[in-house]
Amino acid sequence: MRKGEILIETKDLVKIYPMGRHELVALNRVNLIFRKGEFAGLVGPSGSGKTTLLNIIGSLDLPTSGSAVVMERRVEELSHKEAARLRNEHIGFIFQTFNLLPYYTAYENVEFPLLLLKVSASERRRRVMEALDWVRLADRASSRPAQLSGGECQRVAIARAIVKQPAIILADEPTANLDAENSHNILQIMAELNHELGTTFIFATHDEKVISYLKRKITLFDGRVVKDEIIS
Amino acid sequence: MKLYLKLAWRNLLAAGLRTWLNVIVLSFAFVAIIWSQGLYRGLSRQAAQAMMEAEIGGGQYWHENYDPYNPLTLDKAHGLVPASLAKLIEEGKATAILIVQGTLYPKGRFFPVLIKGIEPRQKVLLFPSKYLETSNPDEIPAVMGSRMANTCNLKIGDTVTLRWRDKSGAFDARELRLVHVMRTTVQSIDQGQVWISLDRLRKLTGLENEATVVTLAREANWAEEIPGWSFKSLDFLLKDIDEVVRSKNIGASIVYIVLLSLAMLAIFDTQVLSIWRRRKEIGTLMALGMTRSQVIKLFTLEGALHGVLAAAVAAIYGFPLLSLFARKGLGMPEVVDSYGFALGERILPVYSASLIAGTALLVMLVTTIVSFLPTRQIAKLKPTEALRGKIT
Ligand SMILES: Nc1ncnc2c1ncn2[C@@H]1O[C@H](COP(=O)(O)OP(=O)(O)OP(=O)(O)O)[C@@H](O)[C@H]1O
Ligand SMILES: [Mg+2]
Repeated sequence: MRKGEILIETKDLVKIYPMGRHELVALNRVNLIFRKGEFAGLVGPSGSGKTTLLNIIGSLDLPTSGSAVVMERRVEELSHKEAARLRNEHIGFIFQTFNLLPYYTAYENVEFPLLLLKVSASERRRRVMEALDWVRLADRASSRPAQLSGGECQRVAIARAIVKQPAIILADEPTANLDAENSHNILQIMAELNHELGTTFIFATHDEKVISYLKRKITLFDGRVVKDEIIS
Repeated sequence: MKLYLKLAWRNLLAAGLRTWLNVIVLSFAFVAIIWSQGLYRGLSRQAAQAMMEAEIGGGQYWHENYDPYNPLTLDKAHGLVPASLAKLIEEGKATAILIVQGTLYPKGRFFPVLIKGIEPRQKVLLFPSKYLETSNPDEIPAVMGSRMANTCNLKIGDTVTLRWRDKSGAFDARELRLVHVMRTTVQSIDQGQVWISLDRLRKLTGLENEATVVTLAREANWAEEIPGWSFKSLDFLLKDIDEVVRSKNIGASIVYIVLLSLAMLAIFDTQVLSIWRRRKEIGTLMALGMTRSQVIKLFTLEGALHGVLAAAVAAIYGFPLLSLFARKGLGMPEVVDSYGFALGERILPVYSASLIAGTALLVMLVTTIVSFLPTRQIAKLKPTEALRGKIT
């Protein structure tokens, strides 16, 4: 995969939610292209469609019309199984609420995507420890989520997203539940991963701290892209 | 599959107390099923054993008109003992029984009875026929089962009037003296009948050398065709016992069906609750790349593992309990007697490997089905909604 190669392309993407008698247009003809290695953010007021767009790109949701091509697959044409496979192989998710599996240790949480990918035991061990090293949590491998702070939980979530070395990581408000110090901490880690591994990051956020790290800022308003700027 | 087992196992144990509560209730059902089934098998085996010893030996020849369910046919259900059977009787390998209808008049009341004649010196059956022997031609000794003696309110030594019809249809009556009351588990030689000596009955009725039934000894091993008589094998004769046991079994089944249903309800409830509480986790699993059917598999397995744990727990306390029970047996209280077939006897339950394996299979199957049903919710779940903690 060359740097700059197109990973995601949306064409006239529309998402409409029925709201009783009315319709709610969450995305209105969104045309966007994301390339390998981007560190981009969707910003805009609450309800502007950021999460909706991330979910469609992540093949967790389907558009009402238009198309989204992710890793050369048309998301709207994928079966459940194919969508699951696309997520498993190519997309990492980071959530506002961390969403770690509560009964699993940090190590086991990070290991989980590799188990689904049927990676061999020795290879799993190597990659899990490497990922935990990236987020500087190798010494907390055997802790459970309940024993970790919010910032540490989010770092485990980052390790879990990065461990399978996906092309794309989608992060929806990753700092919303973190204080300033932890926010900067995880943003630095993600910027580092973006730089070292070339992983494409797409954020949805209103957090100024996040915005200050972005290399590209896409502003949504009422489901439309109103601004798309490169920040140097 | 190994992965799912590992994950399901971990989730199940993490649920802690709730899991163990379910498992313990399920293990009760498990042990109760094996316990009661083993008991009824033991009961059935013992009843069959007792019936062979006291009544049916190694099979019987019935006079072709004999129908034990229709006493009105008894008038015609007797005939001369065929030569081949007479020879067996002489050799001590069979014994003849004559059955006639009559009426007992104990203390002003009356009971229709079957009068059964048996050879006092027979050795074919474990039957207290020796008490029927007498040198006094004016006395007719009689033996009854304890149930019948109770019903008629008679004690050993009491006399009672017996009326019958002879072969020409004329009524006749004599006094019987009750010389022995037998305690037996076999109802079919007890209730509604009185036993006297075969010779005496033949004389009283004028049916010289006749019989209704010829019972073979256990070791006789003989089943020749005899015209006018039909051979009844042990299988045939024991069928009634199987049926009685089966019908009693239905009563006992209710106990474990209730237990099993309780356990199933608890597991169902746990599954529903767990899917509802863990919908965000389900959403996460989907985001991590699990398909819905994989998630369903995981949750079904998680529920089904209750059955495995229950089997393990049941083994821990059930094995010593049941083996103790199998050695010591269960004393049947007298009350059981009024509608059962045991009488102050100990029942030794029979636990077979097939019973245990069959029960395990049943419990696992039912648990798996019950665990699967609520997971169909997952199939309707959209990943985005699951992630937001919503369920539709
Ligand atoms: N499942 C749904 N059903 C109906 N309406 C929905 C649904 N999901 C989102 N919406 C609506 O679509 C619009 C866009 O929602 P979205 O979650 O994408 O906004 P957002 O930009 O992520 O907002 P926030 O910054 O608050 O997270 C909102 O008006 C929201 O109410
Ligand atoms: Mg949002």
